Amino acid sequence: MALRPSWKDRFGPYLLSLFILGLFLLVWEGATRPPRFDAKGKTEDQLTTMEFNGDIVKDAAGHYLWNPDKVKGIPGPMKVFEKARTELGEAFVKKGTNDHGIGLLVGYTIKRFMAGFLAGSVVAILLGVLIGLSKPLFLALNPFIQVLKPISPLAWMPLLLYSVKDPFWTAILVVFMASLWPTVANTAFGVNSIRKDYLHVAALLEMSYLRRLFTVVLPAAAPAIIAGLRISFGSALVAVVPAEMLLGELGAGYLTWIEWNNLDISGVIFAILVVGFVGYALDFAFGKLAALFTYTEV
Amino acid sequence: MSFLKVDHVSKLYPVLDDKAKRGESFVVFRDVTFEIRQGEFLTMIGHSGCGKSTLLNIIAGFDQSSTGGVILEGREITKPGLDRMVVFQSFALMPWLTAFDNVRVAVRQAHPDWPPEQIRDWTQKYIDMMNLHGAEQKRPAFLSGGMRQRVGLARAFAVEPKVLLLDEPFAQIDALTRGGIQEELVRMWNATRNTVFMVTHDVDEAILLSDRIALMTNGPEAELAEIIEVTVPRPRTRAELIDSPDYVRIRNHILHFLVKGAKKSKHTGKDAPAAPAIESKPELQPTT
Repeated sequence: MALRPSWKDRFGPYLLSLFILGLFLLVWEGATRPPRFDAKGKTEDQLTTMEFNGDIVKDAAGHYLWNPDKVKGIPGPMKVFEKARTELGEAFVKKGTNDHGIGLLVGYTIKRFMAGFLAGSVVAILLGVLIGLSKPLFLALNPFIQVLKPISPLAWMPLLLYSVKDPFWTAILVVFMASLWPTVANTAFGVNSIRKDYLHVAALLEMSYLRRLFTVVLPAAAPAIIAGLRISFGSALVAVVPAEMLLGELGAGYLTWIEWNNLDISGVIFAILVVGFVGYALDFAFGKLAALFTYTEV
Repeated sequence: MSFLKVDHVSKLYPVLDDKAKRGESFVVFRDVTFEIRQGEFLTMIGHSGCGKSTLLNIIAGFDQSSTGGVILEGREITKPGLDRMVVFQSFALMPWLTAFDNVRVAVRQAHPDWPPEQIRDWTQKYIDMMNLHGAEQKRPAFLSGGMRQRVGLARAFAVEPKVLLLDEPFAQIDALTRGGIQEELVRMWNATRNTVFMVTHDVDEAILLSDRIALMTNGPEAELAEIIEVTVPRPRTRAELIDSPDYVRIRNHILHFLVKGAKKSKHTGKDAPAAPAIESKPELQPTT
């Protein structure tokens, strides 16, 4: 009995999470609750004009309230929840050329992200292995990498847009640029710092260059490569949202911006939350995948 | 013609960190010459820094000699190869492969033309010979030090190299486990009669396993002092060894050498008074 974790140990942290969430929603609700409309000191004419303008509405009992659809400031959680319900209800509906359901938008973002990230990672790992295995190549290419590395992937956008003349490919290339450098640097480091023993074994066994690469070098550097991919993954995820915003390419980031253009702040908040959940889901999936390639060092 | 000949091998490093001595060389060991017969087990003993592991690396082909060379069956050694397998002090197992796959990779490289079943059966044979049954599918991180080195030995033996190079193979294994593995190595060696060159600090281990023991003086500028014939009859077990008068005599001789004789005068680089000679007359001279 004593060996089983107590109810408190197992669920306590999650209860605390729920509590924090509840507290946050309460504070949010409290801070954004619309002020009560005070009809005192206003003439019947003024009230009629305000009602006509849509500033106030009459409830069932005949009292005036501020119009809940015309609130200024940040909308409360209930409004965002309502918005989310409508959006999720028509997640896969195409209403027009630019008005696609949230499920479709998320799908576009994930496709765009995966295309850029996979292409960037393949190039980065190849480049990293090459310079990791060759000291002269590393020394020759290092200055370029050091200069290119700190450039924000978004800074490439005008040049890319000008070169490829297509926002669809530009968005993918921005993600590509964002996923390049951390993987290059980590792969080169990982390949360069492989334990001498493993290379000695490969030499004893007279492995060919390719066999050595696939049976010794890449597995030995795998933990470092995966660490690099993970950093690239985050940086690519951060880049994909503003790329969509700036290029007007349909996606979760695009939704954020279009809702802002609609002055639909609930929509903006909903879109931000969607970006967060999509990022979390992708990172979770990546973590599961990465676990397949890690091992315990001896 | 000798099987393996280490011929006037010296290892020097250029001095880089001292301006006054720039251009001079730091000599690890000088003019080491000996031969190993086919099927012989030769062990080299010396203090840390005498360059014995460097010499092993030169024979393996990982390192280059500064002068002289190593000749195996009439051909000079220039690079590592499947004819000389090394058992590493640090085991050098691939941590991402299971025990079985660590051995199988080596078998596959040694016999690229074999079908997969034959490679698997051959691997299994050596896994079983090293008493690794049941641990095949475990990765090295989940094996004890003793088990890891069993995998290392299985990998080396499975390739059936011409020469087996053991680089302080049991130094990282606790004393109680060590005895068991040493006896397994004796058994394997009796079965295969591989030619073995081993490097160790452990005098008992050297006497248990070796046909001859080479003694190195202290580095830098270490030299091969003498080669002792281990006259204790085989098969040897650790239990019988302790009571053998030859064992006691040889052990004392080596310990005297290591405590006193291995020291050299720093100024001349020449040997200090030699260790007391062994009373009886086995070949104490390098058998060249």
